[in-house]
Amino acid sequence: MNKELYSPLIFELSQSGRTGCRLPDYKYSSGAVSLPAELLRGEAPTLPEVSEPSLVRHYTNSSTNNFGVDTGFYPLGSCTMKYNPKVNEAMVGRSGISDLHPAQSADSVQGALRIYRTLELYLAEIGGMAEFTLNPFAGAHGEYTGLMIIRQYHLSRGDEARRKVLVPDSAHGTNPASAAMAGFDIVEVKSLPDGTVDLDDLRSKLDCSVAALMMTNPNTTGMFEHSIPEIAEAVHAAGALLYYDGANLNPILGVARPGDMGFDVMHINLHKTFSTPHGGGGPGAGPVGVRAGLEAFLPAPHVTCLPDGSFAVDEPADSFGRVSAWLGNFAVYVKALAYILTMGADGLAAAGRMATLNANYIMHSLKDLYLLPIAGPCKHEFVFDGLRDKSTGVTTLNIAKALLDRGFHAPTIYFPLLFHEALMIEPTETETKETLDSFIKAMREIAETSLSDPEAIKSAPHHTPVTHPDEDGAALDPVLTYRMLCNSTTL
Amino acid sequence: MAANPYIPHTEADIKAMLGTCGATSVDELYADVPPSLRMKSAYKLPAPMNEPELDRYFAAIARENKPLICFAGNGFYHHYTPAAITAVMSRSEFLTAYTPYQPEISQGTLQYIFEYQSMMCALTGLDVSNASMYDGATATAEAMLMAVSAAKKRRRVLISATVAQAVAEVCSTYASGAGIILEVIPEEDGCTCRTSFEEMLGAGDVAGVIVASPNRFGIIEDYSGFAERCHSAKALFIMNCHASPLGVLRTPAEWGADIACGEAQSLGMPLNYGGPGLGYLCCTKALMRKLPGRVVGATTDSQGRRAFVLTLQAREQHIRRQKATSNICSNQGIMTLHAAMYLGLMGAKGLRRVNELSAEAAHSLAEVLTATGKAKLSYPDKPYLNEFSLDIAEPLSADRWLAALEANGILGGVKIDDSTVLVAATEMCSPQDIDRYVATVKDLQP
Repeated sequence: MNKELYSPLIFELSQSGRTGCRLPDYKYSSGAVSLPAELLRGEAPTLPEVSEPSLVRHYTNSSTNNFGVDTGFYPLGSCTMKYNPKVNEAMVGRSGISDLHPAQSADSVQGALRIYRTLELYLAEIGGMAEFTLNPFAGAHGEYTGLMIIRQYHLSRGDEARRKVLVPDSAHGTNPASAAMAGFDIVEVKSLPDGTVDLDDLRSKLDCSVAALMMTNPNTTGMFEHSIPEIAEAVHAAGALLYYDGANLNPILGVARPGDMGFDVMHINLHKTFSTPHGGGGPGAGPVGVRAGLEAFLPAPHVTCLPDGSFAVDEPADSFGRVSAWLGNFAVYVKALAYILTMGADGLAAAGRMATLNANYIMHSLKDLYLLPIAGPCKHEFVFDGLRDKSTGVTTLNIAKALLDRGFHAPTIYFPLLFHEALMIEPTETETKETLDSFIKAMREIAETSLSDPEAIKSAPHHTPVTHPDEDGAALDPVLTYRMLCNSTTL
Repeated sequence: MAANPYIPHTEADIKAMLGTCGATSVDELYADVPPSLRMKSAYKLPAPMNEPELDRYFAAIARENKPLICFAGNGFYHHYTPAAITAVMSRSEFLTAYTPYQPEISQGTLQYIFEYQSMMCALTGLDVSNASMYDGATATAEAMLMAVSAAKKRRRVLISATVAQAVAEVCSTYASGAGIILEVIPEEDGCTCRTSFEEMLGAGDVAGVIVASPNRFGIIEDYSGFAERCHSAKALFIMNCHASPLGVLRTPAEWGADIACGEAQSLGMPLNYGGPGLGYLCCTKALMRKLPGRVVGATTDSQGRRAFVLTLQAREQHIRRQKATSNICSNQGIMTLHAAMYLGLMGAKGLRRVNELSAEAAHSLAEVLTATGKAKLSYPDKPYLNEFSLDIAEPLSADRWLAALEANGILGGVKIDDSTVLVAATEMCSPQDIDRYVATVKDLQP
């Protein structure tokens, strides 16, 4: 590869007069269309002018500066970076799937609506819910949608005083952020030393001002909230609803269903448990399920099956409104449905169990060198609080960067906030024992080197495409576009 | 264990790993799940399919759908997807990565987001772009939240009746959650009523004003004076614009907008029955720290090399939790790579040509359709680019119009009401496609 030649910004490869496209030369009867000059832009936008092969080399070269699940082990906690099966991708590109306009008549998209409805029903079965919507675009968007359903439920009962949402201190950051966007005040619930919700603290905060409690189960420390029956009872006795953040659904596939645990509303991250690719940040999908009695509050539009077996798009009776222009990230649903169809009930259950086995195996293989604040058994993930021996000052950040040098993606770091040096590790079920063993070996070697030669770890990474980018400088004087870069005196 | 191509554990692996865990069975690892909660039977799902079966399943479903020659828009447009984009998008180094939290091994993702941000700023004329929102509607709702956040105490936001209905409805949802009073500026002859705008703004307490260009009828409105009036009332001026027409139309920055937002699917993204598209959000530098979502910045590494990182993260949910500018975490990710490659391949000239072809196709269609006497332009005096609103003459109706075209393999537009259809054209509509549309209409019996 010649990174010097092709890796600059695409703007820097530009030469006036080049092009990467060939457009139709249709002659339309109207001839050129002229619009009033005051409605047109003053000058052409500054876009690159490159040939197609230059563009392809540019992005192909820059892709090799990236690390994905297909590159290697990606134990990013709470993100469920499992393998994304290729056959699922192949189901999207065909005519009849990728070339449908969302405004087409229901008659002309019965297959697309069948995909929606089938996936809704399968997710309802897996979640133990009565009904699903696929409209939300991502997990956080699902949380927001779920909270708006909860809000609508309380308002429909004339219960306007429920302004609070309870969130455990171990929760994903999106939980309180979503509740705030839905207009709720956030009250934090304490965790016990074993990472699970403190039932006494929860009870003291439950009253008629509480709309919902948001939980993940297993939670972000990887622990199953074993008091969930008591929690559900207390929440419901107070007239509040229980929300399930489905980010951690993977390990309980085939074991337990959120609906059976007493959850009223849930979302599922299809890009986690159901293997659709993360795409460097998206597109994901965050379908939302509700228990019986809450179906009428789902967002519009909604796909239903008519008595004659055909499919239609309608609006739930007491919908809180719309969260998307159309019906969500359709192509992502095709992939998730393909995953469920190829896995089947036994395959999904095996995925959950092997994800849990993989996590416990790493945990037990490293707990002599890394501080394990919660003994487990864990489920899909677990948290180390840095090295056991912190005498040489090697931090979680140093460990993460040392892993990059050794060909592994780093775990999630400094989350959950319960521990100062959190290293949150989620291996998923798609990894072989050999991969786990090589990761364990690398983690052990890092722990040993952090005592024998701590500077070697503190100065990592050494072998990555870039090292120690100046993040503080980037935030202090932000350079966010090529134009700003050209005007910068320091870059 | 049954053989599964994605789960590699052999019996020997499981046994050895359980030994390390001090357990004798996988069930022991679930001992903390109360028995009352355990599933008594397996999920009721079909037996697992192998790859050929899966392929046949989706092939059959695809046959239940009817792809049509597309003359519909309303936010989603059928432009061509260059093959190079599809090929590069499948690079799994891009596709199977997640949020670039570790910049040292994410320069590929970070660099294309930086390029995308640069291109969206070039299109809108504004200073700063984030790394995407879910769709044009949620991007506009987030722009509304930015305005209210920037205005501190003011809670009113005005939205023109000429903003697309779905966009307005999503804004209404977000407003109700956030306690924002969203008021609709009435429409007058297809455009935002200027008198009402002045009056409603004059009533005070307005944090922002949202308008669209092209608007929900395809009309390119004249917004001269709007930004000045907004700014003198200390309100932000927010423009919802489809991305592709920005290649030719007066930019949000030239109109004086503080925020530009909208749907970028028109940058050659497949229709995919409405998703994934791409929401974009750009703003002035003054509003930079109010932006929701990921933002990538340039910096240098310890060896003086250029490097890209996620920046301004103090705005985001994983740091600020309920005080974040938004809850957004996963966004439309790799669709920004699609946009960057499309704009890279097209360049300014190609993008202009796409818009010229689309406009010519639309204007040609409008001319011949109105000549049939069976329909007329809803707003004949208003300028439009590649989308127009058509009044269907009685006794025909929008339903009959669209049904006849569908029977002939054409998606004739989007129904607005019983007698109105919104029609769009792109460079994908050949003169022959236009002839076919018109021939179908000519055959329509009153």
